[in-house]
Amino acid sequence: MKVLAAMSGGVDSAVAAARAVDAGHDVTGVHLALSKNPQSFRSGARGCCSKEDSADARRAADVLGIPFYIWDLSDRFADDVVDDFVAEYAAGRTPNPCLRCNEKIKFAAVLERGIALGFDAVCTGHYARLVRSDTGVEMYRAVDPDKDQSYVLGVLNSHQLSRSFFPLGGSLKSQVRAEAERRGLSVADKPDSHDICFIPDGDTAGFLSRRLGSIPGDIVDTNGDTVGAHSGFHQFTVGQRRGLRLGVPADDGKPRYVLDISPVTNTVTVGPQEALQVRTIEAGVPTWTGAAVVGAWRGLVQVRAHGKPMPAEVTAAADQLEVTLDAAAVGIAAGQAVVLYDDDRVVGSATITGTRP
Amino acid sequence: MSRIYLDHAATTPMVPAAIEAMARELARVGNASSQHGSGRAARRVVEESREAIAACVGARPAELIFTSGGTESDNLAVKGSYWSARKADPGRSRIVASTIEHHAVLDSVGWLAESQGAVVQLLEVNQQGLVDLDDLAQIDGSDVATVSVMWANNEVGAVQPVPAIAAWAASVGARSHSDAVQAVGRLPVDFGASGLDLLTFTAHKLGGPYGVGALLARREVSLTSVAHGGGQERDVRSGTFDVAAIAGFAAAVQHATGRLAAESERLRVLRRRLLDGVRAVVPDALPNGPDDDAHTLPGVANVTLPGCDADAMLMLLDAAGIDSSAGSACSAGVAQPSHVLVAMGRSAAAARSTLRFSLGHTSTAADVEALLAALPEAVRRARLAGSLAG
Repeated sequence: MKVLAAMSGGVDSAVAAARAVDAGHDVTGVHLALSKNPQSFRSGARGCCSKEDSADARRAADVLGIPFYIWDLSDRFADDVVDDFVAEYAAGRTPNPCLRCNEKIKFAAVLERGIALGFDAVCTGHYARLVRSDTGVEMYRAVDPDKDQSYVLGVLNSHQLSRSFFPLGGSLKSQVRAEAERRGLSVADKPDSHDICFIPDGDTAGFLSRRLGSIPGDIVDTNGDTVGAHSGFHQFTVGQRRGLRLGVPADDGKPRYVLDISPVTNTVTVGPQEALQVRTIEAGVPTWTGAAVVGAWRGLVQVRAHGKPMPAEVTAAADQLEVTLDAAAVGIAAGQAVVLYDDDRVVGSATITGTRP
Repeated sequence: MSRIYLDHAATTPMVPAAIEAMARELARVGNASSQHGSGRAARRVVEESREAIAACVGARPAELIFTSGGTESDNLAVKGSYWSARKADPGRSRIVASTIEHHAVLDSVGWLAESQGAVVQLLEVNQQGLVDLDDLAQIDGSDVATVSVMWANNEVGAVQPVPAIAAWAASVGARSHSDAVQAVGRLPVDFGASGLDLLTFTAHKLGGPYGVGALLARREVSLTSVAHGGGQERDVRSGTFDVAAIAGFAAAVQHATGRLAAESERLRVLRRRLLDGVRAVVPDALPNGPDDDAHTLPGVANVTLPGCDADAMLMLLDAAGIDSSAGSACSAGVAQPSHVLVAMGRSAAAARSTLRFSLGHTSTAADVEALLAALPEAVRRARLAGSLAG
């Protein structure tokens, strides 16, 4: 097959491309330039898309002996990922930009462009397992539990999965590093990237303040009484405890958490941990890795990138899911994805729109 | 698979005579600035090369300063002449250049404006990529330090009215420079007859090695050093002579200028066939650059292929074994639309759909036919990919 290997300049995508070559595919490397103003060098383990990263990707492609190009997707990334990220926060929700990038960029813009240019599939260094059979492709959690990225890939549909390769899903990260070393890839000891690539200094609140401004507002308790002030509601996430700087102590003296964010009234509501407890999750715009779930379904759900899978009952109707957790959980924020798993198999994903106790 | 190389404007394959001359010198020792026998032998090669090159471009040997290539020559010409002119007459703070200069000139000029207080005036070009001498005549030249306009543009091949520009500069007491990197070896270039004060050219664009070039500078033109050191070249350019590269440079210049008339006619025929063939395959293709041979480099064919993203075309042709250019370089992959095409009035979208094919001494009719054979499928796929954008 003619395979397009997305190469970030990191160790994972380099080894993934190498394995695609070993599997006998005709592989072409592409580095996706996602930032409008690429920095010359990486700062620590954060960030991506620096000139140094594209040079690392090029060197890895050289070592593998495959053609290599840089694709400028900075416009699409700005529109579909960065602006979406900002708009979601502005609406009081908590988005996952990596998921959005997979959904809109890597397995949409890149895949479709690749197909148009004559490629059959896209290969990435994501940690997830694909199992192909006559009936289609199924996606499973990666063998390495610390690196498993099936949550941010849950949004892919069967068409996208049928055109994807994740050669690292069956390996441990330590094995991937050792393999990179053995293959003579200079990125073998490059630190893992973390956090949000377009916020290289890690200061998400500062980034949002620059984009959205800082309009001060009230922090209120569940009675509606003002207990503090904030300098921009987008600096908060549901479930957050730290950094609230509340002037009025709680009656019971217990710590308080962010319960709700209301952009319309520019208020942040806080309250006791019990009030964060969620049993029912409403989610919209479901996507399915295979056949759509209709009606009642029982399995595991995960609501955060590195969250624990929780047993739940799901009712699927049209474009809406209602998820009832067996046991209440805390810190579930609108905007995040709820991903459905049948044991280790990814069933589908939907965006959380609301929660109930 | 042997590749079809259609990127001679980026760099040319070395001619065998240059490889031989270079290999011969690489096997010998001797710093050309040393006094001993080995040094003198090396110096002799440098000076014989200097004489040979100067003779090919209408210059006196003493006017030739060896440099590391076009970028260094452009920097030395623009910054060095500006600093000297301004030192002699603080009122001369203006630099005139064209909007389609190579970045080695454009960015030098920009730096002088940003950090050295220079006033910059850029000459516009018309839709064919040619500067208008009337625009120059409008300028009050009394405060002009240096005028720099390229001999021939690297992207669209437009040949500029350089002797007239040099004459204007002389009439107002300004220094004139031309980046002739694309011209020497491809067009007749006579430094003495041109009236220029300064002229840049480089070896690797005419069949010589990388890393060596020259700045021709009239002896009465004062230049200030850009990089300081031993002052090996006229006390203004420092660095140990690269004897082997200089010998290769000389062999390449002699080879290229010796057969220039016949070769440029051969390339013009190939270029015409290429452009006609492209239009036959892609009826809405638009050639960029002057429409007459007299104002065009013989080997540069620049075409806009509407709806075809140049990056996609380059990749598809590459996969078919054909080396072409998307026109402008990029940094970390975020390509900027060509400043040359934008200056010629093309839209950013058109600039992003533009490819440059450049022919040179190894190009054959078979190369052109191979391109034309690969083009329809590449255009079909690039348009398919382009239709997804948005």
